Amino acid sequence: MTTLPESTDKKLGLVIDLDTCVGCHACVISCKGWNTENYGAPLSDQDPYGADPVGTFLNRVHSFEVQPEDKPAQLIHFPKSCLHCDDAPCVTVCPTGASYKRAEDGIVLVNEDSCIGCGLCAWACPYGAREMDGEEKVMKKCTLCVDRIYNENLPEEDRVPSCVRTCPAGARHFGDLGDPNSAVSVLVEERGGIDLMPEQGTKPVNKYLPPRLKDDIFYQAPEPLAPVVAEAKGFVGWLDKMLDKV
Amino acid sequence: MHPAPSVIVFTTLSGLGFGLLFWLGLGLPVVTGWAAFFYFALAFGCAVGGLLASTFHLGHPERAWRAFTQWRSSWLSREGICAVASLVVFGLYAIGLVFMGQQWVVLGLLGSVLAIGTVFTTAMIYTQLKTVPRWNTPVTPVLFLTLSLGGGALLAGQGVAALVLLLAAGAAQVVWWMQGDKALPQSGTTLATATGLGSIGKVRSFEPPHTGTNYLLKEFVHVVGRKHSQKLRLVAAVAGYILPILMLLILPFGWFVAALAAVIHALGVAASRWLFFAEAEHVVGLYYGKR
Repeated sequence: MTTLPESTDKKLGLVIDLDTCVGCHACVISCKGWNTENYGAPLSDQDPYGADPVGTFLNRVHSFEVQPEDKPAQLIHFPKSCLHCDDAPCVTVCPTGASYKRAEDGIVLVNEDSCIGCGLCAWACPYGAREMDGEEKVMKKCTLCVDRIYNENLPEEDRVPSCVRTCPAGARHFGDLGDPNSAVSVLVEERGGIDLMPEQGTKPVNKYLPPRLKDDIFYQAPEPLAPVVAEAKGFVGWLDKMLDKV
Repeated sequence: MHPAPSVIVFTTLSGLGFGLLFWLGLGLPVVTGWAAFFYFALAFGCAVGGLLASTFHLGHPERAWRAFTQWRSSWLSREGICAVASLVVFGLYAIGLVFMGQQWVVLGLLGSVLAIGTVFTTAMIYTQLKTVPRWNTPVTPVLFLTLSLGGGALLAGQGVAALVLLLAAGAAQVVWWMQGDKALPQSGTTLATATGLGSIGKVRSFEPPHTGTNYLLKEFVHVVGRKHSQKLRLVAAVAGYILPILMLLILPFGWFVAALAAVIHALGVAASRWLFFAEAEHVVGLYYGKR
């Protein structure tokens, strides 16, 4: 049923630290790998070795430049995947009931056997978290690695989403954001975690930790070097004066 | 948004078809026998042809029946139900008129309500999307409804109603265009809110996540279709509204004038629908520094 649950017992989700992410895209690749080999239809590529390759990914890393008023610009790497919203618009628009949010843990999933591939859920998502697979013609999205996190065949340290397990910088955290005492909730509280596009009213579960303030010492530019020649002489000096007058 | 030809054909034709069915259901005009056959063949041709075209953009059309199940939450599901219910009711109503010379008034009225419901639910599929600020306005269903009923009135030979409704549709179209051009900036969604980085400074897309294209860019950031938007707006305004209105005002109203006006009108509506998709900016484009 594509109505949303009144509330969910848990709110499993990710916390992404924009201060720590180094933009290596390892999470993108591990996500593609795990989700191609496991749950649901594989994430296909079209023309992968040709001139115009295109493919399905559930996680992508943007890079943004932020220019503060009076300080040097900052480069911020920005991983983006499904935010498993509390008020997920992608769920309610689904005409077939394929798109749903689980009452037990809040994960938003697609039942691929019921998906007609109309694409309306992707239209309704402001974050670009859903992509239609070019081969299977069904909607693909982050499952929060639902086939890892409860999987007792895996060693305990692997029972987290593939992107979290892979991140070499420790920029991705997984946990229950509905529990105020969980490690992820404490992290969000301490670092002032934010919602993306709060004005869209989606109430995302995933949070982003903004970059920490940079120490001003980094912004103190070195004194400019003294000019070696104060004023040009000879022909160059004459040319310089002439050109100034033109 | 990607202007998929199947969706443009669907909304244009089915709008006209259900518009014509609306008038036939009201008994404007009451036709029986062969005349009724031709009217209903035209209406069903447009409505069913449009619905069939719309299934072409589905990844799995064989599962389309599942779309009738989620009417509690989904406008797309409601549209499917309204469309099928309307066609079934009008099928029975048409049998009465064509083969028995009987007008079953209640059935006709019920069908007309369902026909309006179909056009309204179609419009709401787009109107509900906060992610596309240009569509997210009450003017969208007003535009869809006046166009459908106005075009239907042309086909049904209802000159006065067509004139009034096309004037109303033209006004709605102008308001929709003017409002739409300001919709994205006024929505409050910017790259700053999309990234949450606005409090640090001015945010700019430095490097996209992928060097090639992807589903999101092809579906939501379709800038090629906007290249001739001003010329197409002129085409839509002249063919969709101005010419049919002038023909209704100046020429003596008859079936030939009505049919010619309807064809010209349909071409204008198709141009307007192309722009409806091509000019619509999805907020996900902001992440890519595009709109």
